Amino acid sequence: MRAPRFPGYNVLDKRDTPSWNEQTRRVVDKRLHEVPPRRFLTPEEWTMLEAISDRIVPQSGPANERVPIAPFVDHKLAEDRSDGFRYADMPDMREAWRRGLAAIDDESRLRFGAPFVELMPGRQDDVLHLVQRGEVRSPRWQGLPPSQFFKSRLVKDIVNVYYAHPKAWNEIGFGGPASPRGYVRLGFDRHDSWEAEERDE
Amino acid sequence: MSEEREPRATDGRAPDVFHRGAWRPMRCYSDSEEVDFAIVGTGAGGGTLACKLAEAGFSVVALDAGPFWRPLEDFASDEESQHKLYWTDKRVSGGDNPLELGRNNSGKGVGGSTVHFTMVSLRFRPEWFKSRSALGYGADWPVSAEEMWRYYAEVEDALKVAGPVRYPWGPPRGRYPYRAHEVNAAGLVLARGAEALGIKWAPTPLATLSAPRGDAHPCVYRGFCVIGCSTNAKQSVLLTWIPRALDAGAEIRDLAMVARIELDGAGRAREVLYHRDGQLRRQRAKNIVVAGYAIETPRLLFNSACPRFPHGLANSSGLVGKNLMAQSNHAVWGVMEEEVRWYKGPPPMAITEHWNYTDEGKDFAGGYCYMSQGPLPIEWVESVTSGRGLWGAALKEEMAKYIHYAGLKMVGETMPSEDNRVTLAEERDQYGLPVAHVTFSFGDNDKRLYQHALGHMGEALAAAGGREIWHESGTAHLAGTCRMGDAPETSVVNADGRSWDIPNLWICDGSLFPTSGGVNPSLTIQALACRIGDRIRELGRRGEL
Repeated sequence: MRAPRFPGYNVLDKRDTPSWNEQTRRVVDKRLHEVPPRRFLTPEEWTMLEAISDRIVPQSGPANERVPIAPFVDHKLAEDRSDGFRYADMPDMREAWRRGLAAIDDESRLRFGAPFVELMPGRQDDVLHLVQRGEVRSPRWQGLPPSQFFKSRLVKDIVNVYYAHPKAWNEIGFGGPASPRGYVRLGFDRHDSWEAEERDE
Repeated sequence: MSEEREPRATDGRAPDVFHRGAWRPMRCYSDSEEVDFAIVGTGAGGGTLACKLAEAGFSVVALDAGPFWRPLEDFASDEESQHKLYWTDKRVSGGDNPLELGRNNSGKGVGGSTVHFTMVSLRFRPEWFKSRSALGYGADWPVSAEEMWRYYAEVEDALKVAGPVRYPWGPPRGRYPYRAHEVNAAGLVLARGAEALGIKWAPTPLATLSAPRGDAHPCVYRGFCVIGCSTNAKQSVLLTWIPRALDAGAEIRDLAMVARIELDGAGRAREVLYHRDGQLRRQRAKNIVVAGYAIETPRLLFNSACPRFPHGLANSSGLVGKNLMAQSNHAVWGVMEEEVRWYKGPPPMAITEHWNYTDEGKDFAGGYCYMSQGPLPIEWVESVTSGRGLWGAALKEEMAKYIHYAGLKMVGETMPSEDNRVTLAEERDQYGLPVAHVTFSFGDNDKRLYQHALGHMGEALAAAGGREIWHESGTAHLAGTCRMGDAPETSVVNADGRSWDIPNLWICDGSLFPTSGGVNPSLTIQALACRIGDRIRELGRRGEL
């Protein structure tokens, strides 16, 4: 079926309604208005992360209207905010990111003769597909299983940032924060007036 | 952040979980005062037991490594920030099917993981307590189904579980204390599938209020259950057993990380060493109970090794840390023609336990149930990316179908195996303590079981109208690692949770489970804790503590 769309829907319109409590306003406001500065990654790593994020979660529109990804991944790394474990065959989060970015860059140079950030988007996708499938040649993957890094670290950390943002909630028609007001209409094809309306374009 | 870093339950008062910014009195003991029971952990095992023991008249101090939350003011409707509810200290996960630790199987805070559990409150199939002798697999429990049945009823009443008048599986039971919730569209997908395949289904018995209770309101179907209930409808340990424990005179110490249990010269447990507020402190106790769940409990026993017990406390059987079980948590997902909007209501509102109670037609031992689902966006995108490998434009297109998706997810039994285990790693945590190394691989029977489930759930979802069906593998819940049993050679503790080696050292949590069963474990953990509490009271009365 064709993907539904939600024109005009904005979860932020509910910010000052009973759907949002004070603590939710606090954490979402902070996410929207206090974008963290670079603290952990080097400027080169940061630029590369931005380029990769553009491929993993493509965004259209002017730069200042896009969901910032790199600052929040960097923030997680700076705070060393772990998932609660590391896989036995993987380094910890910080080292995985450092080594993974270096390995992707080296892979780009080996395959296409240029650093990752200088490749055309299509070529960047080629590199990322190779990493995802584990078809790598760079010796820098030693001790860092590429497919595992791609799935459980790189993609996960990036999409976690994107889908924590109200813009992403709007795109998928998610109701967004809901407390103390929840929902009344729970059945098939039912929605409350404070939910996204799906329209066929 | 200070609210999360500084202990709240101090100086004769504890947070009042029912009111913003409020406090309630709490009895406090000094570290040098020898209390009857020091309990490590305040989740489904430790929190429940703290209540039962305090109500039996014992002096109790229960310590938890995490904060003492007031959900009404501390919990946001936000997946990212509610990460604070999970145990995210360093751990290493290996084996052929390394477990994802953290969100799905841990909690760090007073109330433990019940603060963010899905509230699914299911009894074991009675035969599972004797699965070796009655069904031919796993190991027998040293407690009887008849006895556990009484404790299940006690816990269901304590949590005011909302469920159907007649539950379709298992021996007759009284009606659930509160009426069942209205099933959401996601749950009705399960119902359609079950009816099409000719099997029974039911509204899931859930520990979230369907009517007011004291200061707590009924569920408002906001759907954020797995990141903490901010309206107090969820009947977590934090909202049920803990206030009762405080009323009965127990002290709860939040942000108190126990590093070690020390013994006296006679080889009896004497005190716990714990970190709180930047200090290393000791609490003397006549009895010590470990209730840190299937990873932290064996870890603490290992980290408490001493010359008398060089392989860890309570470990003469060599079984501490072994027989770790995780339940298979595979899912099928599909797109419906209708709007489902599965983010509304508790995620698992409908269930079938058909394959827990039917043995015909199986090529595996054990059972499974499955429930409807309602993942929030971050949880969902993790499924879509890890299950399908999607990214780029394809990912965004798939995510845009969010309100049309429905899914069925199993909770499947896995067999105990000594190769699945918790040991200590070389790495150390922020307190300088060796961290847990967790090893897990599905066995052949486990694989046959989840393959059967995937096949059946796929059929059911298709029959319900699901299209573009795909599946995902996963695990949830933990059990085992300190098996209870009838003999010191084949178990770590006896039926009362009492260590065979150190008579005043007890264990009370999911690590006691000899088998995992095919249902979510929290109700059984609480029922066991109630039973252990009653047994300890009885032993005390007889002078046998």
